[in-house]
Amino acid sequence: MLAYIIRRVFQSALVLLVVGLVAFSMFSFVGDPIDNMLGQERTQADVERLRQTLGLDQPFVVQYWRFLEQAAQGNFGQSYRQGRPVAEIFLERLPATLELAFVSGLMALIGGISLGIFTAIRRRGTAANLIMTASLIGVSLPTFLIGILLIYLFSVELGWLPSFGRGEVTRVGGWTTGFLTTSGIKALILPSITLGLYQMTLIMRLVRTEMLEVLRMDYIRFARARGIREKSVNFHHALKNTLVPVITITGLQLGSIIAFAIITETVFQWPGVGLLFINAVQFVDIPVMAAYLMMISVMFVGINLIVDMLYFAIDPRLRVDRTAGGH
Amino acid sequence: MTDTPIPPAPPSRLRRAWESDLFWSFRHAPVAMASSFVVIVLILGAVLAPLIAPHDPFSPGTLNLMNGFTPPGQANAMTGDIFLLGTDDQGRDVFSTILYGMRISLFVGFSAVLLAMVLGVTLGLLAGYVGGWTETIIMRIADVQLTFPAILVAMLIFGIAKGITPPEYRDEMAIWVLILAIGLSDWVQFARVVRGATLVEKNKEYIQAARLIGRTPFSIMLRHILPNVLNPVLVIATISLALAIIAEATLSFLGVGAPPTKPSLGTLIRIGQEFMFSGEWWILIFPAVTLLALALSINLLGDWLRDALNPRLR
Amino acid sequence: MTDTPVLSVRNLVVEIPTRHGLLRPVDDVSYDIEAGEILGVVGESGAGKSMTGNAVIGLLDPPARITSGEILLSGQPIHNLGRSALRRLRGKKMGMIFQDPLTSLNPLLTVGEQLSETIREHLDVSHDQARKRAVAALEEVGIPAASARINSYPHEFSGGMRQRVVIALALCAEPDLVIADEPTTALDVSVQAQIMALLKRLCRERGVAVMLVTHDMGVIAEAADRVAVMYAGRLAELGGVREVLTNARHPYTDGLMASTPLASAGLKRLRQIPGAMPRLGALPTGCAFHPRCEYAQDRCRKDPGPTIDSCDGRAACWFPLATDRKEEAQA
Repeated sequence: MLAYIIRRVFQSALVLLVVGLVAFSMFSFVGDPIDNMLGQERTQADVERLRQTLGLDQPFVVQYWRFLEQAAQGNFGQSYRQGRPVAEIFLERLPATLELAFVSGLMALIGGISLGIFTAIRRRGTAANLIMTASLIGVSLPTFLIGILLIYLFSVELGWLPSFGRGEVTRVGGWTTGFLTTSGIKALILPSITLGLYQMTLIMRLVRTEMLEVLRMDYIRFARARGIREKSVNFHHALKNTLVPVITITGLQLGSIIAFAIITETVFQWPGVGLLFINAVQFVDIPVMAAYLMMISVMFVGINLIVDMLYFAIDPRLRVDRTAGGH
Repeated sequence: MTDTPIPPAPPSRLRRAWESDLFWSFRHAPVAMASSFVVIVLILGAVLAPLIAPHDPFSPGTLNLMNGFTPPGQANAMTGDIFLLGTDDQGRDVFSTILYGMRISLFVGFSAVLLAMVLGVTLGLLAGYVGGWTETIIMRIADVQLTFPAILVAMLIFGIAKGITPPEYRDEMAIWVLILAIGLSDWVQFARVVRGATLVEKNKEYIQAARLIGRTPFSIMLRHILPNVLNPVLVIATISLALAIIAEATLSFLGVGAPPTKPSLGTLIRIGQEFMFSGEWWILIFPAVTLLALALSINLLGDWLRDALNPRLR
Repeated sequence: MTDTPVLSVRNLVVEIPTRHGLLRPVDDVSYDIEAGEILGVVGESGAGKSMTGNAVIGLLDPPARITSGEILLSGQPIHNLGRSALRRLRGKKMGMIFQDPLTSLNPLLTVGEQLSETIREHLDVSHDQARKRAVAALEEVGIPAASARINSYPHEFSGGMRQRVVIALALCAEPDLVIADEPTTALDVSVQAQIMALLKRLCRERGVAVMLVTHDMGVIAEAADRVAVMYAGRLAELGGVREVLTNARHPYTDGLMASTPLASAGLKRLRQIPGAMPRLGALPTGCAFHPRCEYAQDRCRKDPGPTIDSCDGRAACWFPLATDRKEEAQA
């Protein structure tokens, strides 16, 4: 098992290295940031000075090495657009995104799994069919449209909830939180639903498919043939077997919440890293793009590792030595 | 005349298709029929936009700024013109902009899926049939890419491409960059499914036989394996089309897609959003409903197709 | 044996509505199984053997359903019981053994968990007692070091051992009837005989009635007391295993026997039945077997299908094979 974990960690490092290369290539191949940073009235001296500050006068290999070295220390240089250290901007913006992702992730997970189980068990029922149809609408509604429609209904028409921003935030150490004020919590509601709804429908549909697959298995028939009660068949025998594939995809889904936050943050002008990234793409602010890419991949790789650990907890077949298994 | 009975003519291709299981289940699925009707109407509307649209929203000569913000179905207070779905701030007919916007959305969607399909099927066939290092490299890339959400990958590709293209061509290139970005972000699904099916097929006897009689790998892949993976590819392509249209709309909405000079449905929604607070709801709602109808009916069609082609999962 | 049979199936009909019309995978099937008796049910795949078993235990997959006939368990009708009443009978009064031991055990639960749960579901015992019973059940089916292996997961057992666990699970709440659906088909040949011997011993010792569904004539010859031959959803022949195997009256049984390599049959040339069993949607008129029957006559083609009761009480055939005639045909 230890060998397996070490191998996984090694693979993860490799993925990060590849992503790092992509990020760095962005630095070296994509456009001239000087154009973006200096206006029309620039002197050659200005250009040279900036070039040196940004390290763009060095050869490719040196730049690459410096990038890796700096990235490992969390230093992604200066934002072309804001002229401030990228790390500083990220730290400032991260709490907003993480709080949003946490609330909507929780919602997606709890809602998705319970609805998925329900629609699988009652698969011929009217309620289950209604939920399935509704979920298809949910999948077809682009996230940004959900957000806009929610704003239109609850902010413009009803005037109940704010349409943008985080509301009042409280500073706790280096962290800013919206959980402690009423306006902060109110501001969280619409963005969380917007972000969570799509993930919830995906998780629900996935849980349902896997559960239906498991319910067709021989061991479920055998459990029924032994007179095990439906509740235990569904929740003890079937659900446990459903969890293994569900955890993989769900883990990735939760990871992609951070990425999908880009859209929600744009709709609600939520001051998180997603909004930062989309502005960076519009202005070709490569250091911010690269840092965002690295941040996301570290998160994904981390989630993947946790998912693998969870497998061991659930599936006894993985716990034995691989060479002893098989038939 | 002789008494020889005339053998019944073999049923025509069309007749056989009509009587096939697929069409049987189609004729008995009202949802599938309704959604394909919607899809066909929308596609026709987009293709025939220049003929149908009452105005050409992109020729400045026909625009009258006085017509701005005309509510749907009402006569403009100053000019007296009536617009079915109203006008936007510049006096452009919303109905016409939607028809033209759909053209761009559908064009980007279809092209991106085509790109993803060609790329994915080719790489999947190669990986499955050739195996070895080819397979390892292709599938590793697929794995890494799959870890990232397609929309993020598309955004990165868009960002990089934008950085490479000179600013003066950016608007013109935007559509092609979009197709490239969405297509490249979506090939993995195709590749994985095709590879899986290829691995299964390649060990069957008839493939061995084809190999024994000296067929080239290329012809085996094309003539024998490809037909066997068409069903899942068709299902994925349908669902991908909905995803691609949504992805395009999302990118355009975020301002990293179709430019305002060539607005897609997403761009229209982005523009419409600005007027939501001031009460001009029609500029936002009509493109939004169109996008939803398009995506939903394609999804419904894909959902039905998956069930119909794979009865086990019902 | 004068008491009521453990299982009594009376004119059972199972139907599946499809777009091509109503299919009858089980059509007018009747038989009894006494306590301690093993009834072998044979036939080609699709003959309705497993469907009969599923109907008895109440696990027909919708849209298949029982449309007429009766199933009596120890004289009590069970074909019309509600879902939960039927569930309480499963495991307690009747158990089922499936074909593939690799897939019939839940991979994520230990063998002990699966046994204890079943025992506690049907018998009013404490947790500890259930565990003791579980160990005893494993010992009885011949699992060595049962008290240690009880905490093992299914993947830690070999195929044959797993089928023993499956048998222990089916029998742990002491049912009166066991339906064994191809219990040895998925096993290695060397293990098959062991498992059959085990099943046979347990049934004799406990007086359990067994419905042994199989397509393997060898298994029937070895284990069954009586045999029911099914063809296209109907019973073709029903009788004592010795009589049916050595003196088949239905031409189909005869063909089935002639095409089976039995060690006892000596060095006879294997014959085969021409053609294939018709699909349920396309049954021929008259006797379903007549297109493949070498003795078929006009009546077989025209009259509605013969039943065992309407013929000689053993074979559903208008012209059952006489012993001497059969010998003639072989000469």
